[in-house]
Amino acid sequence: MQLHIEISGEKTIVAPSGDWLIGDLVQVERKLQELQANIRAEQVVFDLSGLQKIDMAGAFVLSQLVRSSASPDADHHFTGTHPYARELMQLAHQNSNICLIPPPKPHLIDVLARIGQAAEDIWKDFVGTMAFAGRLFQTLFNSILRPSRLRWPSIIAQAEEVGVNALPIVALLSFFMGAVLAFLSANLLSSLGVSLFTVDLVGVAVLREFAVVVTAVIIAGRSNSAFTAQIGSMKMQQEIDAMKVLGIDPFEALVIPRVLACVLTIPLLVFAAMITGLLGGGLVTLIELEISPTLFISRMHEVVAINHFWVGMSKAPVFALIIALIGCRQGLLVGGDVESLGRRTTISVVQALFSVILVDAIFAMVYMELNI
Amino acid sequence: MSPETIIEVKNLRNAFGDHVVHDGLDLVVLRGEVLGLVGGSGTGKSVLMNTILGLRKPQGGQISVLGSDITSASSRDIVALSKNWGVLFQNGALFSSLSVRENVKAPMREHTSLSNSMMNELADLRISLAGLEPEAGALFPSELSGGMRKRAALARALALDPQILFLDEPTAGLDPIGAASFDDLILELKNKLGLTVFMVTHDLDSLYTICDRIAVLAEKKMEIVAPIAELLQSAHPWVHAYFHGPRGRAAAGGK
Repeated sequence: MQLHIEISGEKTIVAPSGDWLIGDLVQVERKLQELQANIRAEQVVFDLSGLQKIDMAGAFVLSQLVRSSASPDADHHFTGTHPYARELMQLAHQNSNICLIPPPKPHLIDVLARIGQAAEDIWKDFVGTMAFAGRLFQTLFNSILRPSRLRWPSIIAQAEEVGVNALPIVALLSFFMGAVLAFLSANLLSSLGVSLFTVDLVGVAVLREFAVVVTAVIIAGRSNSAFTAQIGSMKMQQEIDAMKVLGIDPFEALVIPRVLACVLTIPLLVFAAMITGLLGGGLVTLIELEISPTLFISRMHEVVAINHFWVGMSKAPVFALIIALIGCRQGLLVGGDVESLGRRTTISVVQALFSVILVDAIFAMVYMELNI
Repeated sequence: MSPETIIEVKNLRNAFGDHVVHDGLDLVVLRGEVLGLVGGSGTGKSVLMNTILGLRKPQGGQISVLGSDITSASSRDIVALSKNWGVLFQNGALFSSLSVRENVKAPMREHTSLSNSMMNELADLRISLAGLEPEAGALFPSELSGGMRKRAALARALALDPQILFLDEPTAGLDPIGAASFDDLILELKNKLGLTVFMVTHDLDSLYTICDRIAVLAEKKMEIVAPIAELLQSAHPWVHAYFHGPRGRAAAGGK
């Protein structure tokens, strides 16, 4: 493609030649800009005789030269003929109402406004989650009064997915956590000459904290995100609306089974995690400190009180409730677009992890005050 | 000048496992025509379009688009070809994370090295051509109505001045006025830009108004490919039922 420009008297002859297609426009872009800055639209005359192929983009850039002319499509702007170039340029003129989208300007006030907005959102989210929890307890209470309303097939299916399918990974990770804990404490405590205390430490830590937190973290990553994605995509496909118009309460059909499945299976997972965590700790103490399994178990009996076990177990249903609640709530908040599904899933996992750790800290303080 | 062949499908075979969708299918699309593809639900209209676009490898046969063989084309060849076609998917398939204007700019960014301001201007031109208000450029797909989404998708399909436009049920889900103006738009673009249009549709009004020829997909191959006037004479039971049923008669009555 080429652009030949000739000034004759009052007129500027602009003679495009060759093919003017979108792929090649880069070559003449700058030349056209300079030209546009230096000439008056009224003076421009296009010589179309050398032009071969031209597309919409080519016609548009040429038409820009005469855009400010009083009558850009008039005959006095053209010499030479081309089968369709003038028609395309006319079409370009008709559609050249450029939309001005102002670029956003960052401003100190905007920064502060965003911080304020974020703080308000956190508060609103907290209130929303509490309201959701209230509704959950209400529906749950109604369901318990009429157990026939519970959807057992759905509960069992969810329990399999949340509980049974997560068992291998929960057990394995808890085993490793127990082993790592034993390694660290064996190293530190044997330098003090009290290596037998490793058993106390592993026992208390696994039963009280590690088993339940590891389980909650895995379930928050695994099932909580799945809940949000499942319910969210149902929302996007209008399945939730379909349920409502069919007289099915989505809360009863989707949220309750997931919550119950979590509350029923997560304590069992925590129990499994405790066993494998102690196994991991026991294996390391056997290898590192040569504490036999018999000694390990009898020492556990002696020093680790049963209430450590109950402290750990008591947290399991609470964490289960938090995880299921946040997952389902965020799923129901998904809007019509794919973007919001991704955003809600992320929010869901982050909120669940945050809440689990926060509630764990609250539990720790309460139990400490109670001397349990 | 005899019309040039732009898409040629020869002896195409498509199957999903044991389920054969196309067997021995032949089709020719000529430059500058609007070809409407009709067929009952499940006859593989979208499968055919996807196969022509190289999204799906057929189990047999050849497809050539603008002289290059799609079935044996490398992914690089497909990228080169993709500059010459624009596709309007059934639900628009706009990128949800981009505004309408950015959506229209996406193919330009990929295939040209134009400056950003030039791409903005060209994108706004397509948005206007597709019949949207200039302000629509700043909106995101989730903020658009069904009809606007189709128009925005059309603007994106036109971004690179393609030679062939593929439309998958362009008027489905539009109100009759919106559908008619969409038909007019496609006809105008075809006449002014010299586009070749390959259109899957069930809209009898579109078939009557804008299609030069209609291809009927039945019994795993192209049963008939002919202008509407000839189709109306056809004795094929499905074609007869399609065009002489209550809806077919209503659409014909309006012309």
